[in-house]
Order: sequence, then C-alpha cells, then structure tokens
Amino acid sequence: MVPVSYYLVVSAILFIIGMIGVLTRRNAIIIFMSVELMLNAVNLSFVAFSNLWGNLTGQVFVFMVMTVAAAEVGVGLALIIAIFRMKETTDINRMNLMKG
Amino acid sequence: MDNTVFTLLPLMILVGFSLLVLVADMMLAREQRPALGIVALIGVIVSLISCSWLWNAPQTAWSDMIVSDHFALFSYIIFLVSTGLTLLLSMRYLSEEDIQFGEYYALLLLAATGAMLMASGLDLMTIFIGLEILSISVYILAGFARRNERSLESALKYFLLGAFATGFFLYGIAMVYGATGTTNIKVISQVVSEGTIRSQSFLWIGIALLVAGFGFKVALFPFHVWTPDVYEGAPTSVTAFMSTAVKAAGFAAFGRVFLSALQPMHADWTGILWILAVFTMFFGNITAIAQRSVKRMLAYSSIAHAGYMLIAIIAGDANLSSGSLLFYLLGYAFTNVAAFGIVIYLSRKGETEFDGKDYAGLAIRHPWLAFVMAVCMVSLAGIPPTAGFMGKFYIFSAAIKAKFYWLAVLGVINSVISVYYYLRVIFVMYFEKPAADYVHGTLSLGMKIVLILSVIGIFQLGTVPGSVMALLQNSMMVFQ
Repeated sequence: MVPVSYYLVVSAILFIIGMIGVLTRRNAIIIFMSVELMLNAVNLSFVAFSNLWGNLTGQVFVFMVMTVAAAEVGVGLALIIAIFRMKETTDINRMNLMKG
Repeated sequence: MDNTVFTLLPLMILVGFSLLVLVADMMLAREQRPALGIVALIGVIVSLISCSWLWNAPQTAWSDMIVSDHFALFSYIIFLVSTGLTLLLSMRYLSEEDIQFGEYYALLLLAATGAMLMASGLDLMTIFIGLEILSISVYILAGFARRNERSLESALKYFLLGAFATGFFLYGIAMVYGATGTTNIKVISQVVSEGTIRSQSFLWIGIALLVAGFGFKVALFPFHVWTPDVYEGAPTSVTAFMSTAVKAAGFAAFGRVFLSALQPMHADWTGILWILAVFTMFFGNITAIAQRSVKRMLAYSSIAHAGYMLIAIIAGDANLSSGSLLFYLLGYAFTNVAAFGIVIYLSRKGETEFDGKDYAGLAIRHPWLAFVMAVCMVSLAGIPPTAGFMGKFYIFSAAIKAKFYWLAVLGVINSVISVYYYLRVIFVMYFEKPAADYVHGTLSLGMKIVLILSVIGIFQLGTVPGSVMALLQNSMMVFQ
C-alpha cells in the first residue's frame, strides 16, 4: 500500500504549482484555473488525512469544497465574461483603472 | 425554546426574506423596486427580534455544528445593524446609479446570512461555508454596477484574490484536521490542550495558513492589497457593507478559531499576530495620510482599524478579548456606515473620484451633515465621548491586562497619527470656502434615518458603554 505521506507530498506539490500559476500568469481564466488546482490539491489532503485518521470528516469536507468551488466558478466566469464584453481582454495587467 | 432547530432562526428568516425579495422582484415594475429594500429591511428587523428570543438560552445544535452563545448572537446584531443601515442607504443610491435591481437586496441578505453562519459556526466546516456564502454574495455585489468599468474591475480583483485566499484558508483547515483528526472547534481545543495531536508541524503550518486566509478577509497587512481598489471601485453602499459587516464576520470567525480552538496554543501564535497587528496599524495610518480621495482614505483607515481589532485577539483571554472586539466592531459599524453615507451623498452621479472640493465648506452648505461627518471622524480617530474612544479603550486595556504593554503603546501612537488625517476632513469642511459651482440635492429619508441612528449609536456607546459591555461580559459562556 502506498503510504499516506506520499499523497500529502503530491498534494503540497499541486498546491504550490497552483500558487505559482496564480502569481505568474496574467490571463484571468488561467489564474482561475490555477486557483481550482489549489482547491483540488487541498481536497487530496483532506482525503489522505481522512484515511490516516479513519474518520469521514475529511471526505465530507471534500464534498463541501467541490460544491463551493462550483458556485465560485459560476460567479467567476460570469464576472470574466462581463469584463471581457467591456474591455475585450482578460489580461489582468490591463485592469489598472485604480492604482493600489 | 427547546427545539434546537430554531437556533438558526435568525438565519432562516433572512434566507426566507431574500427569496421573498427575489419573487417580489419579478412582479414589480422598475420604479417600484425600491420597495424591495423595505421588504428586506423588515426581514432584518424580524431577524433582530428573533435574536432576542434566543438570547437567554444559549445552546449548541445541528450535531455541534452551530452554537448560539452570546458571542454569536451579539455578532448577529452587529451584522444586522450594518445590513439594515446599508439597506437604508441603498434604496435611493441604486436608483441614482441606475442599478435598481431586486437581486441587490436579496444578495445583501444572503451575505448577512453567511456572516452569521461564520459567527455561529462551531465547526470549521460551518465557518468555511459561511465564509463562502458571504464572499460569493459580496463578489457579485462589488461588480453590481456592471456598466461601470471600475466596479467590474474591483469585483474581478476581489474575486481572484478572494478565491486565492480561500485556497490558503482551506489548506489551513486541512492541516489542522490532519494534526487533530477533527474539525470541531471544541474538540480541537480539547485535543490541542491534551497534546494528543499527530504532528506539531502540521498544526503550525495550519495556523500560518489560517492567519493568511483570515488576514485576507479582514484586510491585514500584507494581505490587504485588494482593499483600496475594491473599496474604491465597488458601489459605495457595498463598500459601506464590506467595511463593516464583512470585516466583522471575518473577525468573529477569527476570534472563534483562535480564542477557542487554538487558545491552548496561545503562546505560539501571539508572536506572528503581534507583528501583523503592528505592521497593519502603521501601514494603514501612514498610507491614509497620503490619500486625496475620502473614499480611498476610508479604505486605508479600515486597514488600520483591522490592526486595532487584531490587538483584541492577541490579548487572548476569551472573555476580555471577545467583549472588547465585539464592542469595537459595533461602534465601527455605526461610524463607518454613516461616513460612507455622506460619501454617497456628496458624490455626484456616475462620478467616482472624490476629492476635497466636495467637502470644502460643507459646514456652511449643510451644517448638520458636516456635524455628522465630524462626529464620525472624531469617533474613528478615537476621541471621547464617542464609540471609537470607548472601543479603543477596552481593546488597549485588554492588551494591558494580558501584559502586552508595547502593543498598547504602539496602538496609542497609531491613534495619534490617525488624528491628523481624520481632522483634516473636519478642517476642510469647517474652514474652507465651498466651491461655487456646487449644486446640492436633498437627503433621502433613508439617509436621514441612517445618520440619526448612527449619531445616537456613536454617542450612546461612547457615553454609557456599561449597558452594552454588561451584555458582552459573558459573551463566551458556551464558547469555552
């Protein structure tokens, strides 16, 4: 059997890949995909820990995360479409009306 | 009430009314839509009344996922006050901005529901779901003026960074679960204090990630980058809601997790939060000085206030911290909604730049409005006899009682720095000549009610804080 720690390492690697994606890519849709990758990496951790502890809390949590992620996709893509209609771009470097 | 199903009554009422608003929206003509705001307001008031029913019987319910202790119920009151005041501000404002849609009111009620779920969650799962209900509603609200480029841009920034922060928050929960084998706040606290955790390093990583997740929601340095842009771009009524209810919800859940679940690790997490609080206060206050636009200044000031509120959590004593935190949040809700109300009134339609000239000579044109704005600024600066002063007093004295002397001193120094930019607004209103071309409108009834209630609230909390503090004294009764 594959030890649980392997799953945790894979999950951490996926999370970091997603994080790097968010920080380096400039297309709103790619950034959003990277965020989804981070959430799924967390799901993998939850399932691995659930197996480690032998209780189902982690697995139930994964369902919640997936549902919430789906709701987030609905809102996020709608926002990206609305902004694409106005600016004809999804490049976040062009979202610079206000300077932080 | 013996039936534990009703511990969620205030939330159920809000959800019911938000559905009612959506249905009624389809039957009403465009010009009748402001009436939906009244429907939503009735929902808020009914929900507020239901909180008083639950007050005397704190209990846990729904398989220990929900708790209705005084901490949760008082947080409900804060959210409902700020939602109600925001609704009153919005009705006229939405018509002026040409975004009078029923969904606005429904989303505002749903956002308040999410906030309440965060405050009453006794399980990290409930807190997470509450956080997401709140966040997703507010993402939409921030981009509600969908013909306005700034509003959309702010919504997209808020959404992308918010989803990113959700990732960290969730990973934090996963790590805490990995270390303790449970997501229940009470059980986590028990496991951590008994030391039967699987791995100390999982717990530390989990704490760090949770701080990042919460830090984003409440706008702590260095997770604040979204705040100024989103506050500036979003419709001003939504900004008023974000700076009060969303921040309060973030701190309520922050307090619940750190003062209850992770309380046994208090000595381990104070160091990192101490540094964050000091940086947040200095960053917010010093950057606010440089702002020309009042809306942006209020955004940076809200970052600084997050720093003061964090001091309450660092103090780490469940009763003292939660009492002073909630008192501060209530005072802040009254003050900030009124200040943003005046920003709404003084901004001309479609205009998004707010500079000093709209405020110049306000005391001559609108003596009462200038007075309310002055009261708000004095309260934000923390000068007696206002709510802001008493709030800071309680927070700093909690810090001193917990022997965080330097933190209290740095907090006081920051309050002194902040006086400069708050008093500058008062100076401009009272001592500069009004711009000749200014045409002023009339105050809507809703706005008048907001301003009157806020001034009463600010002075009430500032002069006779004892009654509210007495309510808060045992706010953590079931909490521990």
